[in-house]
Amino acid sequence: ESQRTAFLLCKQWTLYSVTPLYKFSSALLKDYAKLLSASIAAEKQKGLAVEVGVELDIKAVISILPDLRHSDRDQAAILVQLSTRSSFSKKNSAEKLIWSGWFCCVSEDDLSENLLEDFTCLPLFLANGAETYTSIVGSWFQKTFDCCFRRLTISPLNLSWMAAMWTGCKVDKTTSATELVFSVSCLPYPLDISYAIHTEDAKALWDTVQKTPGEITQEEVDIFMDCLYSHFHRHFKIHLSTMRLVKVSTAIASAHCDGSVKFLQSQYLTGVLMLLTELALSQIQ
Amino acid sequence: FQTYFKNSEGPWKAAIDALRRRNQENSLGLQPLLLGTAQPQSRKRKWNAQLVIPASSTNRNSLEKNKEKGCVDLYSTSVSFPVEQLQTFPQLLQNIHRLEFPSQMGSVLTNPLLLHYMNCMKDESVYLRLYYWMSQTLQEECTWCVADNSQCEEEFKDFLETVYKAECFLQEGFSSCEEFLYKSLPLWDGQSCRSQVLKLVSWISLRSFSEMKSQLCDPLAQLFFTSSIYFKCSVLESLKELLQNSLIWHMVHLDSEADSQAHSLNTTLSGLVNVVAELIRFVGWISTVALRLEKNSTFLLYFILDFYETVCDMYLKYNLPLLIMPPAGVFYPALLSMDSVTLNQLCYIMYRYRTNLVAAKENERSKKKILQFKFSSQTYQEYNQYIIAMVGCLWTSSAFQKDNHPQGLGMDDELLKKTGVQEYKTSFNIVYHPAMMGYALCFLQQAWPDDTTFNFSLIKGRNWYLEYLYAQGLEGLKVFIESSINRVSQAS
Repeated sequence: ESQRTAFLLCKQWTLYSVTPLYKFSSALLKDYAKLLSASIAAEKQKGLAVEVGVELDIKAVISILPDLRHSDRDQAAILVQLSTRSSFSKKNSAEKLIWSGWFCCVSEDDLSENLLEDFTCLPLFLANGAETYTSIVGSWFQKTFDCCFRRLTISPLNLSWMAAMWTGCKVDKTTSATELVFSVSCLPYPLDISYAIHTEDAKALWDTVQKTPGEITQEEVDIFMDCLYSHFHRHFKIHLSTMRLVKVSTAIASAHCDGSVKFLQSQYLTGVLMLLTELALSQIQ
Repeated sequence: FQTYFKNSEGPWKAAIDALRRRNQENSLGLQPLLLGTAQPQSRKRKWNAQLVIPASSTNRNSLEKNKEKGCVDLYSTSVSFPVEQLQTFPQLLQNIHRLEFPSQMGSVLTNPLLLHYMNCMKDESVYLRLYYWMSQTLQEECTWCVADNSQCEEEFKDFLETVYKAECFLQEGFSSCEEFLYKSLPLWDGQSCRSQVLKLVSWISLRSFSEMKSQLCDPLAQLFFTSSIYFKCSVLESLKELLQNSLIWHMVHLDSEADSQAHSLNTTLSGLVNVVAELIRFVGWISTVALRLEKNSTFLLYFILDFYETVCDMYLKYNLPLLIMPPAGVFYPALLSMDSVTLNQLCYIMYRYRTNLVAAKENERSKKKILQFKFSSQTYQEYNQYIIAMVGCLWTSSAFQKDNHPQGLGMDDELLKKTGVQEYKTSFNIVYHPAMMGYALCFLQQAWPDDTTFNFSLIKGRNWYLEYLYAQGLEGLKVFIESSINRVSQAS
């Protein structure tokens, strides 16, 4: 199972929230892919090609990712991939994947029960690749299924939740450290402070803070962050609590406040997606 | 030991910067436009921003049809009429049975024909599509909620204007717009897109408004008290429109609900009555404070009394069983204003109150069954107290003796003697009222052109002086005097 989603790991995904798609049918994915390819070809003719020089055919493939859901009630994730094939050599040329994006919905609640029949709820969209392709694909979906894409930014509050939640996850090999990046804005030049902690130490700290396994309260997250801040202050006399948390990297995933994530462990993929789906839904509500 | 402000709220900092920039621009005055540098930086248009959408037909539905039927039936009449070709109203009527909605519902906002169609069809999914698109676009492009958007105010202003025009066309508000207002009014600075925001407030649906105080009244009050007189007047006008729109909706739907269960009608009616009462009391409160802040400005009084002109006629004109008198903080400044326009307006309003109260009493007496709503005796008492003051001011010169309202005109003889006015017991009536003195002067000039002493006591007989006043266009005064004052003496 984790093999099928392995290609999602270790890539930078830009996050969007998407309103429900109207009259989207997972039975017609091949036809949608044809229409999308035609739309991309039309855009290229208008002069929006990214690659200069070699004439490249861009082919779109839309498929289902069946594993990314919490329960069977969740809508199956939809994957869109754009690949190029040089038009000179026909059959044997390798297809190069230039862009991928996927819609998913991982939620504890049954979102479809409140929704009308013709609507498909896939509130989270993740894109990897050039922005021009994201805009072409996104615009096509907006025009065809009457939905709205919005960049999903992550507030420092949510980032600190992610730091606490992800630190608490058990991982076998701890190659990476837990890192928090803060941005200092009152200076005339931009300055980032990176605060790295050994994963075991961070987890040990979190384990002392968290009272009930499986439950996390705002108070516990605040205590966790305060401990980290005071430790830093003891050594460097800098109050990190006055600065803006912009990036969180842990062993299982990393997230940036601009709205981009990287998944590092497939066993926690659905867990992280559940949190991101919740953020996306709050932006649509 | 230094403490810094936590810099986690980006919008605040951006808002302060924008305000600083705006103030700098205002204070520097006119600057010579230098070529190239004066151009505003056009921000790179986001690909997902859709403020204006041209209507275009769906193309994917043809996929489904092909799959089902196997081939296109050339002779079938079920081919849909392409939306792009819809230009005139007759076309809409001819093709209404085979017209499909455009692929993006947002395009109906700028297309009156499609708005007509949407109004006819009453399709849930259509409303939901429009709801999602509008709520996302409003939130995304809001110039005061999102830090980066403050440069694009013109575009957002046009968008809000489009939404408002569509609401006026449909004579109904959009729920996505309402929710946007609840979320954004607490953050609003009262400047960005001011007239558009206030116009959109007037289409809020009062009948389903449960949190009016926290979502509308509190944010508006904050801005209201700290703003210019023009803003205050704009808010009052907007709240008047809000009241009128809700009353008109109630009246229109009352006819259509006449056959429905009496019980459900009464519960929705009492809900509406409560919300409307809350709104009117809110306006009464802010008007009282505003009049003190603006020193009883005539301009402000005009808008306040305009609001009460709608309030006084709610029973007869809109069939809503509710009557609320203006607070003393509005009534007395109006009664004692220096302006005849205000006084005239007040007279008209008091006349309409009387008409409504009389009609209500009549209905009470004549109907056999007990009405669920009837005006309380307290309402009648309030009215009577005001009338005593008004008649005292305009007719019997007895305002100072008879008016016992706690915020009224009652004054001791001792205090009146100190004013030094001769014959104070007969010196405050329609002739001597400061608002009406101008007319008295003109009258004396016309009647006795050579007399320069301006002896007001010459205006004794009331009848012909009243005719003179009515001829000056004081319609409100006319109806008030004719209805409320029983003239005992028929002076010459």
